[in-house]
Amino acid sequence: MTAYIIRRLLYTIPIVFGVLMLTFVLFTLVGGDISLEIAGKGATQETIDEIREEYGFNKPLFLAWDSQFINHFKSALTFDFGRARDREPIIGKIKRGVGPSLALTVPMFFGVVIISVSLALVVAFVHGSIWDISAVFICVAGMSIPYLSFILFGQYFLAYKWGVFPVFFSPDLTMAQYVALPALIGIVAGLGGNLRFYRTVMLDEMRSDYVRTAFAKGLDTKRVLFKHVLKNAMIPIITRVVLAIPFLFLGSLLLERFFGIPGLGYLMIGAISSRDYFVINAMTYISAILFVVFNLITDICYSLVDPRVSLE
Amino acid sequence: MSDSENITRTQRPCPSQGAAQLGKGRSLWSDGLRRLRRRKLAMVCFVVVLIYFSLAGFIYLAELFDWRIGPTLWAEQVGESYAPPSSENILGTDIFGQSVCRKTLYGTKISITVALCASFISIAIGVPLGAIAGYFRGVADEIIVWIYSTLSSVPYILLILAFAVVLRDKTIFGYKLTGITAVYLAIGLTSWVGICRLIRGEIIKHKGRDYVLAAMSYGSSERRIIFKHLIPNVFHLIIIDFSLRFVAFIHAEVILSFLGLGEADRPSWGAMINDARIELSRGVWWQMAAATAAIFFISLALNIFGDALRDSLDPKLRIQ
Repeated sequence: MTAYIIRRLLYTIPIVFGVLMLTFVLFTLVGGDISLEIAGKGATQETIDEIREEYGFNKPLFLAWDSQFINHFKSALTFDFGRARDREPIIGKIKRGVGPSLALTVPMFFGVVIISVSLALVVAFVHGSIWDISAVFICVAGMSIPYLSFILFGQYFLAYKWGVFPVFFSPDLTMAQYVALPALIGIVAGLGGNLRFYRTVMLDEMRSDYVRTAFAKGLDTKRVLFKHVLKNAMIPIITRVVLAIPFLFLGSLLLERFFGIPGLGYLMIGAISSRDYFVINAMTYISAILFVVFNLITDICYSLVDPRVSLE
Repeated sequence: MSDSENITRTQRPCPSQGAAQLGKGRSLWSDGLRRLRRRKLAMVCFVVVLIYFSLAGFIYLAELFDWRIGPTLWAEQVGESYAPPSSENILGTDIFGQSVCRKTLYGTKISITVALCASFISIAIGVPLGAIAGYFRGVADEIIVWIYSTLSSVPYILLILAFAVVLRDKTIFGYKLTGITAVYLAIGLTSWVGICRLIRGEIIKHKGRDYVLAAMSYGSSERRIIFKHLIPNVFHLIIIDFSLRFVAFIHAEVILSFLGLGEADRPSWGAMINDARIELSRGVWWQMAAATAAIFFISLALNIFGDALRDSLDPKLRIQ
């Protein structure tokens, strides 16, 4: 058991190293020297040189203690990513964005999970009927509508035209007010794929032997469904939920942009339009670290629950 | 992807014609296609997909030979700014008085091109890597698994965006990556992980089978075993995977174009939705509706067709 945890911990090192290599290749080797872009048009040579000095573009790429390669690793491991284009430290910006992002993604995510799991139970209950078939068809249709259309039409009708919700974020709104509509849109947009997934999970369970046994000993469908199927279906459901948690920190790129919520997605969109590689680099790295950590936690939890895991 | 596999497994009434007709044997492909042809809805969807593809091909031809027809004349001003849909302009006009209908048709070309190129890139990377990792195991396997574990620990949308931002307007080997080239490279270079993992797993499973052992015993080279025996035997999985993944590529292109990372000076569905962001508040809904409908129909058709294809070709489902 301890050996498994240690082995699993050691396994995260190459992954973190890989992510650092990936961001280095992407932003330093391919991205290259962007000091001209930062300086803007008509900048003097001195300004450009200054920028080069500050961001370290003038340093050797490899093979020196002060090379860009080493500095890239150093900044990532100390979580000190330097300054964004507007001179604010990137890490401060990220810390500030986490709150609003989580305020949006947490209710959205759990809303989707709770609604789709309960709907999936209902659909599994009536499976094979016309209701089931039409539910699946609606799911597939919902998955085919682009996410952007959900957001735009939702914002237009619910906020702009009918005025049920505020159109944009503003600091004097309470959190519940500005999160309600984007979360609602996110839930509706995410329902199709999730409902279909959970329905499959339920139906898979319903074909197991223990379900047949339960029916054979004369239990009614409702009891089998809630007492037996749901409990066993919780395993894949929980796996999916836990692995989705690190992504919640990222916020929702598009929803935050449309509703002007100052979260991490908004920060990311801003960085894309100003081509601020440093912010994108920091976001990529931090989200990967979060993913690795949550993956580790999940695996360790599994090994606690299921002794077969650590034997591998 | 496993969800759709299981869904269909439950829906489908078990065909027992295999036992009834003990005649001449059929190959996996002809058998699968026969079964596919019997599904009316799937065939309708296939026709819809074909229409989209031939439209894209037709626009390529028209541009090549400089035919002056609707979609290639999208830049022409056909009416006043923001004219609502009428008998003259079926889908109305945009801010410059250009026909929304022509722009939508032209957008097909961009979307299909991006999704096709991205598919080819990710198959070209994912399949050989997956086959090598699964067949040789050892160090090669460790390295390949390491690479894709790394890639999959970064959120997908963030990874695509990072690639698209960096690759955009870069000159690599003297070739400038503009517009959609950067888009399909970004999508292709980031989405081979799924197919690589799938192929690796399948190859590991197939490697111990008799036909591979037979090939080994009569001295086939490793390359021959991989490319002549193993890959053809898992190839249907690649096709199924991509019929479903194509939708994701189309949606990714829309988001990238919307964020201004796509084609800059030609119409695409994502760019149309981006225009519509401002137009909607003025009550101009037709551009938005046209782009949404265009994306919706091809996605729906591909989703349904992909599921049917999976049912028909996946031998695991045939036994039931």
